[in-house]
Amino acid sequence: MQLTINGKPRSFDAASFSVAHLVNTLELTGKRLAIERNGEIVPRSQFEATQLLDGDKLEIVGAVGGG
Amino acid sequence: MSDLLKIADKTYSSRLLVGTGKYKNFTETRAAIDASGAEIVTVAIRRTNIGQTAGEPSLLDFLPPEEFTYLPNTAGCYSADDAVRTLRLARELLDGHKLVKLEVLGDPNTLYPNMIETIAAAKTLVKEGFDVMVYCSDDPIIAKQLEEIGCCAVMPLASLIGSGMGILNPWNLQIIIENAKIPVLVDAGVGTASDAAIAMELGCQGVLMNTAIAAAGNPVLMAGAMKKAVEAGRDAYLAGRMPKKLYSASPSSPSTGLIT
Repeated sequence: MQLTINGKPRSFDAASFSVAHLVNTLELTGKRLAIERNGEIVPRSQFEATQLLDGDKLEIVGAVGGG
Repeated sequence: MSDLLKIADKTYSSRLLVGTGKYKNFTETRAAIDASGAEIVTVAIRRTNIGQTAGEPSLLDFLPPEEFTYLPNTAGCYSADDAVRTLRLARELLDGHKLVKLEVLGDPNTLYPNMIETIAAAKTLVKEGFDVMVYCSDDPIIAKQLEEIGCCAVMPLASLIGSGMGILNPWNLQIIIENAKIPVLVDAGVGTASDAAIAMELGCQGVLMNTAIAAAGNPVLMAGAMKKAVEAGRDAYLAGRMPKKLYSASPSSPSTGLIT
């Protein structure tokens, strides 16, 4: 399946997997982040239960220095 | 005597709020924030770097959320929708955290706020249960409207973000302070310690700054100077200044017992 992650297209072999699996694949496990899928926030408690599908657009954000 | 800053039912002993941007590295960020004594620190919300080194340190490692009150901002947002979206993500990121700094910019050169979009975003955020500290122009009518919408603090600019020009319109600021029933904090434009002291002497409840500390020759030293300036300005405000007089007809030394 094809996902758009933070504006960039990325291809994956599997037809579908969970948000938790994606976080693990991207080596972001344990990092403090928030994820939006097609404009809707995916609560952390739903990472396991939320299945991603071909064409999904994801935003993965964190806190950085700012004023 | 305890003189605490109260924002949205929580109290703070420091009236200096600081940003976490523009520092050389996280060690300097931490040292400067320690020297400032700030309890509330602003952070920005940005896309996570995918595929960067996994063990790369993050800001949160140096400023643990258990130690500080985070104030996620909407810096870089030019529409109400983008600002609201950013803060919803911030709330999820910070485990349901409600205190946020709303800023909607109107122009990339001046970073002057777009108050029409800011007001629209403030309405939505208040409705969704956020405690909104709002960056705004120094217009007393706008400031009052933001209070009526339900913002928990208004934060008029002293001068443009990152300009270091100090308080350009103390008279407007004074009108905003006199009319407000919620805390007024100066946000943006402070350049050096005296600017912060003047803001506090005018009756501001606090000052928020980033560049004045981070872009100083010695940020840690400047952070300490800002801490003292905010405290000194606050004390001077509470003490009540003497009236200004063109001439003083009452000398400080006795007018009797002079050697003749």
